[in-house]
Order: sequence, then structure tokens, then C-alpha cells
Amino acid sequence: MGYNWHWKILLETEPGGTGSYLQYLIVGLGWTLATALAAWIIALTIGALVGTLRTTPYTWVVRTGNLYVEIFRNIPLIVQMFLWFFVMPELVPQELGDWIKQMPPPWGSFIPAVLCLGIFTSVRIAEQVRAGINSLPRGQHMAGTALGLTLGQAYRYVILPQAFRIILPPLTSESMNIIKNSSVALTIGLLELTGRARAMQEFSFRVFEAFAAATVIYLLTNLIVVLAMRALERKVRVPGLIAAAGAPQAGH
Amino acid sequence: MDSGFDFDVIQRSWGYLFREGMTFTVTLTLLAMTGGIIFGTLLAMMRLSAFKLLSMLAGGYVNLMRSVPLVLVIFWFFFLVPYIGAWITGADRPVQVGAWLSAVVTFTMFEAAYYCEIMRAGIQSVARGQVWAGYALGLNYWQTMGQIVLPQAFRNMLPVLLTQTIILFQDTSLVYVISATDFLGAASKVANRDYRLVEMYTFVAIVYFIISYSLSLLVKRLQDRIAIIR
Repeated sequence: MGYNWHWKILLETEPGGTGSYLQYLIVGLGWTLATALAAWIIALTIGALVGTLRTTPYTWVVRTGNLYVEIFRNIPLIVQMFLWFFVMPELVPQELGDWIKQMPPPWGSFIPAVLCLGIFTSVRIAEQVRAGINSLPRGQHMAGTALGLTLGQAYRYVILPQAFRIILPPLTSESMNIIKNSSVALTIGLLELTGRARAMQEFSFRVFEAFAAATVIYLLTNLIVVLAMRALERKVRVPGLIAAAGAPQAGH
Repeated sequence: MDSGFDFDVIQRSWGYLFREGMTFTVTLTLLAMTGGIIFGTLLAMMRLSAFKLLSMLAGGYVNLMRSVPLVLVIFWFFFLVPYIGAWITGADRPVQVGAWLSAVVTFTMFEAAYYCEIMRAGIQSVARGQVWAGYALGLNYWQTMGQIVLPQAFRNMLPVLLTQTIILFQDTSLVYVISATDFLGAASKVANRDYRLVEMYTFVAIVYFIISYSLSLLVKRLQDRIAIIR
């Protein structure tokens, strides 16, 4: 089992002529982060909204929220990617569909990837937000109402500020998941980090150098995200309020 | 694309989709679950071990696996397994292995990291006194673990282990990237041959949804039953 390592390949020019292979991978990291960040904004917005609505006393709102969560939680991410990329343009009005299909690369795969990843992750955030709200003592809500706050105000000033602090640790792992999951977008043609490592392997036949470089870049990115989220946790911490340790959860 | 759905394509390819594709998916899920839980439990025991070296090795492995995307891990193993095969058999050239064997190895090794964290929480959920009681009775480490701690840990964590298996079932669809013929792979081959992408991918989504949702309902029922017994 001999494998001749050839690390200098990273400094050689890639066939597209845009620079070295290392630069090629770094641009891939840029697309990974752009996809993850744009999707993260969608995921947080929808996730916070759906998660909050599922704790309200309105049965139909809760049921609609549950339906939304169950649909996007029980279909594999790659299948959802295909639905957004191949199926969605056929189901919308034809003019819009044609416009979507004619978008120049990489936007033609970037936008479906962001929508898909955003909605896929929003479901997981909705679950975290709901769990966070439910972990607060009922008295918090009652005290808010007793002080004359409306339901909306009680959520805005009493419940949500505490719930979001509690769920910061699980949100950290979700923000790492969204970066990792963005690699699935390579199946619809987005050349993000994993996609570019794969392309580099095909161009240069240097299999393990390409994947090792991508692995190291992912590890460094994770490290930065963890440190940043820890700093955020320290910054928004309310003295005396201790975040509860979560129960073990399944994940990927 | 023609207007209107062509449901006939699903009927035509039914046998191929389920007899080849779904069999691949389900077999892969069951093998990776079994292997993953066994490996994961061993890793969890290593992580909780008093030997620093063992716990560091296991911790490093688990953190590495959990930090990189599954797609990248699938690529890694797809190219690495031939070299591991050569190393085991002593051959001087990489051994040819198919997408199937590569997928089984990948998912076992990858899921082991996730099962490990679940089993670690499970082992830690068993009261310390149980372990001391085992040692006091004269049992050794393996007897205490095998007969006292692990059965309880396993039972406490059963719902989470099963939920992880549902996620594994969904994740196996990523073998698409090494062109394996799992359920999605089979559907995708039919879709591209007959140019029926809308019908096939919608059908795949519905089938995955029905299976995963039913399984998650079963897990929820099991969770309620276990909670009552305790």
C-alpha cells in the first residue's frame, strides 16, 4: 500500500487557469460560506417564527407548524435539493420556470441550494426554539400577562429573549451543520468546497491531497464558528441565568 | 417536458425501484446501524476510559467525523477503501471494491461517531453506584459493562438510537454521489432515461416521507411506553 504524497500540487495552476489549486479550494470555501450564510438567514427567520407559533394556544396554527416541520424533516436533504432544482421550475408558471432555468451558473444552482438548505434547517431551528420556549417555567408567561402585557408583548419582552439564550449551544451545532450540509449542493452543480475538492481530484489525480486539504479547511472553519459562537454566548449572557444542558439528541 | 404527470413511469419501474433500489437502501441502513452501534459503543467505552491515550484517540476520531460533511467522508472512503483492502490482504496494488462495500464501510465508520455520543450519554446516565456494586460483587470491567451498565444504557437511549437510525436511513441517499443504485439512485437512473424527473423525484420524496414519518411515530410510541415503565 504505497501512496506517493505530492503536496506541492496545491501550488500548481488549476486547469481553469484562475490560479493555484489552493486558491481554487479557497474560492470553494467562499461559496460554501455564502450558501451557508444566506441559508442561515432564511433558516433563523422561518425557524424562529414557526417554532414560536407552535407554542401559541391556537390549535390550527400549531397543527400547520407541525405539518411544515414533519414534511421537511422526513425527506432526505439530497431529495429536497432535487425537488428545488429539477421539480420546482416545472411546477411554477412557465415564464418564471424558464427564467429560473436560464439563470447563468453558478446562480442557477446557488439559489435553489440556498432555498433548500434554508428551509431544511429552519425545521431543525423551529424544533430548538420550541424546546427552548417550553423549557421556561410557565410562570414567566403568566407573570408577563399579569403585568398587563399582551401575548405578543410577553413573547417579545419575556419569553423569547430567555429562550434564545437557552438555545444558543444547539444553534452553534446547527450553524456547523448548515456549513457541512451545504456540501450536498454539489449534486445540483454548485462548486463549493467539497465539489471543488472532487473536481481537483479529477483534474490532477491527486486524490488524498485534494480531500485532505478540504478536510483541513472544514476543520479550521468549524473551529472559527465554535469560537465565535462561544464569544457570542459570553456577550449575551444574563448573570444568574444558567443555560440548561440539553438532552442527547440524534443528528448528522 | 410534456404537460401533465406521467404516473405510468412509476408503475413501469416499480420492480426496479423497490427490488433493487429500496433493497440496497434498507440493507445498507441495517448493516450500518448494526456495525455503527457496535463500533460506537466500543468508542464510547474508550472515550470514558481511564487510559488517557484511549480516550484521546476515540475523542479525536469522533470529533473529526463530526466536523466534516458526510459527502466528503463518502469520497474519502470511496478512494481509501481500496488502499485499506490492499493493506489487509497484503497486495501491492489497491484492491478493486464496488460502491456497495465502500458504502457499507463509510456509513458504519461515520455513524459510529454519532452512535458513540449517544451511547456515551447512555453510559453516563447509569448511576455510578451500579458500577461500584458490580465491582463489589467481584465482576471485572467487561462483566460489569456487559451485564450491568450497557443493557441499561442501551435501554435508556433506545429512542435516540432509533431516531439516529431514521436519520441514517435518509442519509444513505447520499451514496448517489458515488453512483450507487440505492432507492434515489435507481429513481434517478429511470428519471434520466425516460426524462421523467418531476414524477420520479416527487415519488421518491413521498416514499421517503411515508417511511421516515411512520418510523418516527413508532419511535414516539416506544418512548412513551419506556417512560411509563421507568
